[in-house]
Amino acid sequence: MTPPLVEVRHLRRVFDVSPPFLNRLIERAPKQFLKAVDDVSFDIARGETFALVGESGSGKSTVARMVVGLLEPTAGEVTIDGVKMTGRAPAEDRRRVRRRMQMIFQDPYASLNPRWRVDRIVAEPIRAFGLIQGEAAIRERVGELLGLVGLHPDDGVKYPHEFSGGQRQRIAIARALASDAEFIVCDEPTSALDVSVQAQILNLMRDLQDRLGLTYLFISHNLAVVRHMASRIGVMYLGRVVEIGEGRGLFTGPKHPYTRMLLDAVPDLAHIGRRREPVRGEIPNPINPPSGCTFNPRCPYANDRCRAEIPPFLESVACHGYHERRIPTGPVELLVPDGMAALPA
Amino acid sequence: MTPPLLQVRDLTVEFATRRGVLRALDRVSFDIGRGEVLGVVGESGAGKSVTGSAVIGLIDRPGRIAGGEILLDGRRIDNLPPEEMRKVRGKRIGMIFQDPLTSLNPLYRIGDQLVETIRTHTDLSASAARRRAIDLLAEVGIPAPEKRIDGYPHQFSGGMRQRVVIALALSAEPELIIADEPTTALDVSVQAQIITVLKRLCRDHGTAVMLVTHDMGVIAETADRVAVMYAGRVIEIGNVADVVQNPLHPYAKGLMGAIPTLTGQERRLAQIPGSMPRLSAIPPGCPFNPRCPHAYAPCPTIRPDLTNYDRHPVACHLYDPAYAPEGVAA
Repeated sequence: MTPPLVEVRHLRRVFDVSPPFLNRLIERAPKQFLKAVDDVSFDIARGETFALVGESGSGKSTVARMVVGLLEPTAGEVTIDGVKMTGRAPAEDRRRVRRRMQMIFQDPYASLNPRWRVDRIVAEPIRAFGLIQGEAAIRERVGELLGLVGLHPDDGVKYPHEFSGGQRQRIAIARALASDAEFIVCDEPTSALDVSVQAQILNLMRDLQDRLGLTYLFISHNLAVVRHMASRIGVMYLGRVVEIGEGRGLFTGPKHPYTRMLLDAVPDLAHIGRRREPVRGEIPNPINPPSGCTFNPRCPYANDRCRAEIPPFLESVACHGYHERRIPTGPVELLVPDGMAALPA
Repeated sequence: MTPPLLQVRDLTVEFATRRGVLRALDRVSFDIGRGEVLGVVGESGAGKSVTGSAVIGLIDRPGRIAGGEILLDGRRIDNLPPEEMRKVRGKRIGMIFQDPLTSLNPLYRIGDQLVETIRTHTDLSASAARRRAIDLLAEVGIPAPEKRIDGYPHQFSGGMRQRVVIALALSAEPELIIADEPTTALDVSVQAQIITVLKRLCRDHGTAVMLVTHDMGVIAETADRVAVMYAGRVIEIGNVADVVQNPLHPYAKGLMGAIPTLTGQERRLAQIPGSMPRLSAIPPGCPFNPRCPHAYAPCPTIRPDLTNYDRHPVACHLYDPAYAPEGVAA
């Protein structure tokens, strides 16, 4: 069996959100820490799309930034293609791996330098890693890359502002592919785009994956997009992965109550005129998260153990209720038991 | 027979810019019945928000209503003097915007803002208005409203703020609420709560809603009828089930196919080539014709009008027997 391309183990990131020193002194305010990511582990196999979904503040983007190395983890490690990216691996090895991973950001208006022409933007990774020698050869490669993402090779002489949002995201994809990347981290790549343009970009990403054997880490808050793109999905809540599911299995048999709640909350084309059961509560403040399972204040199945003990990640879910077999299986509608439905929305 | 609550007839809105006059809305017509939820969908630049602003009289210079009329309860409101329009706005037509932080004043307690709105539009005493404000907050599901009424907007979460905005919009018991992307800035689980609140309150109060959003899922769950907009025009309008499941216009078909769902099986999403034209370069004839896979002889020259050929009104020559005797294309 081939080892996974990416291994993430016990990743943790704590941000210091303390008030300024003087305030701490005068108001005797304690230091405050925000655990953005806590004990996150997963693998990504070669050629697959692994998605992380969650609501804002769940830590999915922080994980993405740690995987590509834009952010140093507080603890835990990321291993890519056998090279530990967080430890003391030889710089040479890390550089070799870095070249083969790239990132695509959410906002194509912010991720492209407005003062550079497109051909210079796309050629930057080629020059940075010294992959191709000679201007003519670089120009030819850039034209090829632009063609690959559905733009015209002559578009290289234009500036980013001359393109629409979808076209800019194509440029960002071309730049990601310029260093022959195999592993691409996509942080909400289509959230800023209209649906018809989103469809174009998602289709392009799948086609490129089929053609070039790419591996994606796909970050999104949109469950329908994730369902369409991912072969495996991790659901995050307040900095932890609460469930990892195989593609569509997650949607037909969600295990964690939060996953069920999330699936139930998504407005979908298939639910015309649905009378929904209101979802309860909101994400708590991550600076002062609930003890035990962080979902327990919103969970209809929570008991004393859930409030005291952090659930281990077993059978691809972190939920005491599931491990103890006391959560009824069956349709998601069972989530809000009778009597609770009367709560105000 | 009583007229529909809101009638929009051939509404045209233009913006005068240095580069010439841009037509943001081009002869838009639709009705909203009493207590009805009309969804208005489209991609960026389709003119959905401008439509909402025009109805509530908030088109500012350099924009202007260049033609058509808007009737509330059978009476024209698009040509009212600003003072008269101020009375209609808030009292008879409420408004909910996308970002609750911009529609609440950060310097005033939410109670003061509610009481001010209530007293502007009704002749309640200060204490009666405060009691009504507490009732409204309870109605939109804010826990402990008698305490929270003295809070400032920054003390509320995004979802709670949007509930306050809904309470504010409902405070004068308007007949119509214009909700412009009310849930776009919110997380899915909170979005579901806000949709539920909006639906329940409008049903209880008999308030009609014009729900402007780009999210077809929200429309499918909330609206009774839906109008699809493209390049400043309504290209299809009908019952939500008809339009979502059996769209007629090639653009509407493409749009529905392009949306990933939680139930579909298809591996590839339907793809519409190109993108929405800029206002400065709207193609003549049918504005969708350069992107349309079925475009034929009349499309680039003759503008199709919203006509009810079969199930529901659509602006497309493919369904017009005068041009397409062979009937409907696939």
